[in-house]
Amino acid sequence: MKKIFNAGLLCLLVVNLIGCNTKNSTKTTAEKYQCPMHCEGDKTYDQPDKCSVCKMDLQLLAKNNKKEGEISELSIYNLPSKWTNQNNAEIQLKALKGDVLVMVMIYTSCQTACPRLVADMRGIEEQIPADKKDQVTLVFVSIDPETDTPQRLKEFAKENQMDSKKWVFLRGSEADTREFSAVLAVNYKKISPMDFSHSNIISVFDQEGELAYQQEGLGVNNKETVSKIIELVQ
Amino acid sequence: MILSPFFKVAFTLIGIIAVNIVSAQSEHMVTVKGGTYIPLYGVDSTAVTVEEFSMDVYPVTNKEYLKFVQEYPEWKKSTVKRLFADGNYLVNWESDESFGNQLADDAAVTNVSWFAARKYCECQGKRLPTVDEWEYAAMADKSNPDARKKESYNQLILDWYEAPKTFNNAIGSTFKNYWGIYDLHGLVWEWTMDFNSVLISGESRKDVDKDSNLFCGSAAVGASDLMNYAAFMRYAFRGSLKANYAIRNLGFRCVKTNGSNNKNLTY
Repeated sequence: MKKIFNAGLLCLLVVNLIGCNTKNSTKTTAEKYQCPMHCEGDKTYDQPDKCSVCKMDLQLLAKNNKKEGEISELSIYNLPSKWTNQNNAEIQLKALKGDVLVMVMIYTSCQTACPRLVADMRGIEEQIPADKKDQVTLVFVSIDPETDTPQRLKEFAKENQMDSKKWVFLRGSEADTREFSAVLAVNYKKISPMDFSHSNIISVFDQEGELAYQQEGLGVNNKETVSKIIELVQ
Repeated sequence: MILSPFFKVAFTLIGIIAVNIVSAQSEHMVTVKGGTYIPLYGVDSTAVTVEEFSMDVYPVTNKEYLKFVQEYPEWKKSTVKRLFADGNYLVNWESDESFGNQLADDAAVTNVSWFAARKYCECQGKRLPTVDEWEYAAMADKSNPDARKKESYNQLILDWYEAPKTFNNAIGSTFKNYWGIYDLHGLVWEWTMDFNSVLISGESRKDVDKDSNLFCGSAAVGASDLMNYAAFMRYAFRGSLKANYAIRNLGFRCVKTNGSNNKNLTY
């Protein structure tokens, strides 16, 4: 009887563990308090109290004093989604942190807009100064993960002479793709088994993963996009 | 070997508990039988097949949402990341753990972003409905699964669009439709999983409905039933949303795919 009871407890534990797994995943950093007059320099306290020198109430420090390595609120690196690249390696977006990202969502079997978007991406890449090129990663995200297997993405990269480290092709689950498109404000819809309607938007993200600029449309003048990238890599 | 009976018991119990959880969650859900319909915006105006699914009878309420943020503190008003919800997130809530006395506990929760709504459903073992599922369920009136041709039905919806401040009315205060679902029309607008599959334009304010530069294949997308003005407004509204927007008259409810048939679902 006791055994069954134990087993029951264990099950409950297991059920709790496999519950929605984000619980406590982002433990809020402990709140810190500091004297508004900085009587003791940058000394901080864990509790609200009075300053021992000037007796003023300690102030709650703003939470967004970003520490090294921390991810800012608007960063796409907050997304927990996992992706597979053209080399069949699993990566999180976080792995791209530190570079300026130029991103576009396409699908490889697209005949109309996507070749032009690919050309636009190539055009942008060509205008980045040679000594800055290694600070920029250009990313294609597939909106058709079912068709666009890593093998297919690899072939696509080769066909377009983009099979190098600075070009990244990603596919993820349908849910993660939908989420990512929501972040990029890219709309898309499957309109037939082979085709999608989608917005033609190229997005630039800074080194922290925050959206810096978006270029809408096909074959538009990319001068501003390029100057934004150059500004970011300075 | 000694362990094996123990695991047998354990697995049986897991099974029983899992079934209990599932049935508890399904309590306030009803089944919507699959079928085909022609949506306002479709694939060359052809019929769309919707597989059978279960839908929440009511929208998610303030009270239910409060429980969620208590359990998942990263979704509290003050801790949510701006990437996932803009500054209007739960803006009328008094504090992190209270919605105050201006909002009713059994009113639909609003001022929630798509990310928040999606997470809520995920944590209940459910998901947001697709646009097609939502529209399919919502074309029913009290007695017909498809009442879109009825003038009185369309008038009812349009009357609501004109009525102010319905977001704070109690859930269940509108009619029960053919499937047994309340409040699809009459209280709040609702998030859908693929709200951003609407391709009217990048931004409806731009007032261009077939921008072939912005959209690949946009010529294939057009209104199939311009008489359905109410639906047209919903699609336009969805087209103007961004995923981190939190709006006062926009809430949500969750659905679940029945059985294991997840294959044909396109988000």
